[in-house]
Amino acid sequence: MSIIVDKINYIYEAGTSFERHALKDVSCVIEKGEFIGLIGHTGSGKSTFIQHLNGLNKATSGHIYYDGQDIYEKGYNMKELRSKVGLVFQYPEHQLFESTIFKDVCFGPKNQGLSKQECELRAFESLKLVGLDEKFYYNSPFDLSGGQKRRVAIAGVLAMKPEVLILDEPTAGLDPKGRDEIFSVLENLRKTGITIILVSHSMEDVATHVDRIMVMNDGILKYDDTPKNVFRHHKELEEIGLAAPKVTYIMNDLKNAGFDVDTDAITIEEAKKSILEIL
Amino acid sequence: MINHIKCDKLKEIVVNEEISYTLIRNEENNLNIVKAENLTFEYIRRDEEGNVESINKAIDNVNIDIKEGDFVAVLGHNGSGKSTFAKHLNALVSPTEGSVWVDRMNTLEHENTLRIRQTAGMVFQNPDNQIICTLVDEEVGFGPENIGVPEDEIWERVEKSLKAVGMYDFRLANPTKLSGGQKQRVAIAGIVAMKPKCIVLDEPTAMLDPNGRKEVIEVLHELNKKENVTIILITHYMEEVIDADEVYVMNEGKLVMQGKPRDIFSQVEKLKELRLDVPQVTELAHELRKEGLDIKEGILTTKELITELERIRGLKNVNNSR
Repeated sequence: MSIIVDKINYIYEAGTSFERHALKDVSCVIEKGEFIGLIGHTGSGKSTFIQHLNGLNKATSGHIYYDGQDIYEKGYNMKELRSKVGLVFQYPEHQLFESTIFKDVCFGPKNQGLSKQECELRAFESLKLVGLDEKFYYNSPFDLSGGQKRRVAIAGVLAMKPEVLILDEPTAGLDPKGRDEIFSVLENLRKTGITIILVSHSMEDVATHVDRIMVMNDGILKYDDTPKNVFRHHKELEEIGLAAPKVTYIMNDLKNAGFDVDTDAITIEEAKKSILEIL
Repeated sequence: MINHIKCDKLKEIVVNEEISYTLIRNEENNLNIVKAENLTFEYIRRDEEGNVESINKAIDNVNIDIKEGDFVAVLGHNGSGKSTFAKHLNALVSPTEGSVWVDRMNTLEHENTLRIRQTAGMVFQNPDNQIICTLVDEEVGFGPENIGVPEDEIWERVEKSLKAVGMYDFRLANPTKLSGGQKQRVAIAGIVAMKPKCIVLDEPTAMLDPNGRKEVIEVLHELNKKENVTIILITHYMEEVIDADEVYVMNEGKLVMQGKPRDIFSQVEKLKELRLDVPQVTELAHELRKEGLDIKEGILTTKELITELERIRGLKNVNNSR
């Protein structure tokens, strides 16, 4: 299972005065099991990009191959693609609607036409995966905390057994603990071999968790590399409205103050090690 | 009837439960733009027949005094009661017990409501939910128009507030086409145009990218310093709190910590217990301290960390050369 994105372009409202070139020649290969962070300032094309990966948007030109098959080919089963590539939108808890948590999670698989038994089995598995306590299963989803609601919403997508999970700012508006809970869910999920693409505005979160970072700017895929290599470009990142993790700046300041520390450190743990080494 | 009582006497009277504290309006307290006294708020859930199903104390006996012109931050995890507290400052909800005064007006007195809302403006998390007009300047003018400001003055205020948030060049743009940070600054300008003494912001940066976050926080500090607007900022981003005058931490409806940012952030473990973070530089210093380095608690800036590390390095060099 891999996704190959080959020079896709997307133009909004082509031919009108609102025409906007939202994606420009974007190419990349996403391998099975990768944990990718997608960053870029508001309006850089991140959301447009992820909506291409499960066929919600169709590229104006270019190709996307899922598992070697061109998804724009005539007769390609888009519905199946959408169940393989699960998309968790921003504030997914706004989409909760059922009377109990369990029913809400069953909704996705039910729509896939699975038997009642299979739906319930999957709902059970997914709620386990997101670490929600069993005692809540038959409560209303609206009585949960923000972080819990969001985990239920993620479970709803997981119940469709996607091979790729895309999350659009899953931690926006959550407190630090709620954010940590979401990340521990994602860390557990990656062990199951699922591919995860995480859209985030928090450089610190991305630095701590992902293996690879894609940076979008003005519809162009500007960087696509390991977190260390990407955050080395912190000056360029600032120019496009992003930044390196705070700790990277601390290390740079320490270096300028005459401490021979590793300026590539992007997590507190790495920074700590490097400082202890030189003292 | 409202009693005028000197500040030093206030404490005695609060202790003395015979006298209803809702009647106390304190002359010496003129400076305090927001005062919450024994504030309690309960959400009552009822079932289909209207019977009380559960009572949830969102705010539990909170006392807060905010001085005019201060930059105040309120921290707390989701569900800790901070947003409910914010809603009291705007008379969107009324206390179940206790009282809140905004600029010496009791929020329980219905005739104060409109004036309170002009005194304390609110900015919410999602900029898209707050924008209604098709042009930035109309958007900013909407507030003053609604409170009956004469037209000439509306445009004057619009110009001034857009300049204050650095969005004047965008006055003829469509607000929905702006970036998140820009939209949020327009929302703030819309509040500024109503000339509030106090602005309450409920996680205004939660949906913004790093640049947008920086823009918004800078604008807030600017308004605070230049226009002496009291800022009450509710946030999850600890980095935004460093420059505040006073920090309040809420947990399960109670006020559990209060102090200068440095006092608050020197208690890393306690904050973690409350499901909160500390700024990265504070955490790094704390971690180094745990490893045995003699760094003082409550480091808030890289500069302070450098000073401490230089001191430690100096000590080591002295020891080595002996």
